[in-house]
Amino acid sequence: MFDKKAKPGPARQRQLDRYAQLVDKLSPKSALGQGLVRAFITGGSVCTLGQVFIELGQRYLDMTVTTSVTFASMMIVFITALLTGVGVFDLIAKYGGAGAFVPISGFANAMVSPAMEFRREGLVLGLGAKLFTIAGPVLVWGISISVVVGVIYAIMPW
Amino acid sequence: MQLNRIGQHTILLPNRPRIVSSAAIAGKKEGAGPLRDDYDQIIDDDLFGEETWEKAESRFQYAAADLAIRKSGLTHEQIDAALGGDLLDQIMAASLAVRELHTPFIGLYGACSTMAESLCLASMLTDGGYLRHAVCTASSHFCTAERQYRFPLEYGCQRPPTAQWTVTGAGSAVVSSDERLPAICRSTHVTLGRIVDMAIKDANNMGAAMAPAAADTLSRHLSDTGRTAADYDLIITGDLGRVGHDLLLTLMQERGMPLDQTRYIDCGLEVFSPSQDTHAGGSGCGCSAVTLCGHIFHRFQKGELRRVLFMATGALLSPTSSQQGDTIPGIAHAIALEADS
Amino acid sequence: MTTLLLNLFKAFAVGGAICVIGEFLVLKTKLTPARILVGYIVLGVILSAVGIYGPLVDFAGAGATIPLTGFGHALTTGVKKAVQEIGILGAFTGGLTSTAAGIAAAVFFGTLTALLFKPHPKE
Repeated sequence: MFDKKAKPGPARQRQLDRYAQLVDKLSPKSALGQGLVRAFITGGSVCTLGQVFIELGQRYLDMTVTTSVTFASMMIVFITALLTGVGVFDLIAKYGGAGAFVPISGFANAMVSPAMEFRREGLVLGLGAKLFTIAGPVLVWGISISVVVGVIYAIMPW
Repeated sequence: MQLNRIGQHTILLPNRPRIVSSAAIAGKKEGAGPLRDDYDQIIDDDLFGEETWEKAESRFQYAAADLAIRKSGLTHEQIDAALGGDLLDQIMAASLAVRELHTPFIGLYGACSTMAESLCLASMLTDGGYLRHAVCTASSHFCTAERQYRFPLEYGCQRPPTAQWTVTGAGSAVVSSDERLPAICRSTHVTLGRIVDMAIKDANNMGAAMAPAAADTLSRHLSDTGRTAADYDLIITGDLGRVGHDLLLTLMQERGMPLDQTRYIDCGLEVFSPSQDTHAGGSGCGCSAVTLCGHIFHRFQKGELRRVLFMATGALLSPTSSQQGDTIPGIAHAIALEADS
Repeated sequence: MTTLLLNLFKAFAVGGAICVIGEFLVLKTKLTPARILVGYIVLGVILSAVGIYGPLVDFAGAGATIPLTGFGHALTTGVKKAVQEIGILGAFTGGLTSTAAGIAAAVFFGTLTALLFKPHPKE
């Protein structure tokens, strides 16, 4: 294994493949249909709640379209932070799966939960440093790719 | 010099060191499980009165060791060494627990195989006359394991059906060469585990990663000793869980050493009931530790068991090795225990 | 009233559908949620840049802006707008400007929550 080029011999590879098949046969699988239905309901509900805030902002709070969209995102983030704090969000995510983590609620939960968990290691190296452990990659790659898009756009606007 | 070995890899313990006392302290969820009557203490507060999960786990381990020593009638000063470990980085729970015991300390890391590893070593050291009395400990805590190996507690995610639930609890046993102390049981053979890696990468399917190691140790033990599975009242694995349990049955069948399903149990399946929503069962050092130090030793005391093989399994992965894409190395240490006749 | 109900329904259907794809990836591939989220935001940036995501936002509202692909869309629209205003420097300022509220809210509420609440053991 320390020899990078070494591959398992054919007999060993057959043994590994056979074992992988056996594991696959004996491992219970997640219920696909149920998971998808629950993700749809949960994700749909989170987005509907977002739409409620957008409508609220535009109809009653005199917001522009852009502002109301931002307002809705912030409200979802706020509600998620609160639900994470009181220990309810993980139960929603256990039910809804991707329905809870794909919307911006998942992004908020990914920042709030490590901040809470590592608060005990201090305000700076605990809470401060760990806040981005899970959500950081999303920002790193999102921002980096958007800069690339921006540079291309500056050179040849379409 | 006389070698106390039989076969290729099995160590014979001619003086049959005695396990003189044990203690099992379990958390709330474990305390609601099927083995609830076998625990010395059930701690409903996951923090055990401490400020952090890690300190709580350490306290579980200290409390178990302290209680086991008191039940043996010995004092802390009479213990020649503590052998123990846990799942945390730098085995923090064990070190902080033994800090309070003031005994010499051998820190062990064997992942979930720690209880078997510590019993094997303590039995060999007492058998050889290097220690008179040794205390073996192992602990795990759901909350410390989650934050170190997986996600923060409040992070929302779904656990796949092959995932196992880390047991909160600690077990401890005192091993002694002193013939005057009454024995719960005596250790007779040790078969140390080899690392077996069948290229499993899924950290949510530890049973699959560890089952081949269990099959390897078990078959070596049986061929070294010339025994069959039928020579044991019970063969006990540590935390293979539902998937690993079924895999071990299949693997032993294929090796021509079939196990009797009624006399093979896995601590991960004993410690929780299916209704407790743990998916594939319990895991962690504490899983085999509380089951052995509570349930199994009680059955020895009641005279229900004459001879068992205790084989705790460990998945020796680290978060770093997983992230670097490495496969999961498995290990299993076995110790044969017999009633004092 | 009917537009309101229709808007809510469109948000539900489109948002739910975007989440279903994520759940399918979780259950059927070895991808972890963290990787899926990174994939979503990168996909959002790219789909928005090639002009596909904008119409979806116009159609579904929060159904398209609340999922993380919407976060990517916000990065792209911000970058494009800033590039139009201040040139290539805008590639660096636009993305964070347009998403600042969401990020700052998550940082601030995250910190506040961590100061006010302790993690709960699971049953």
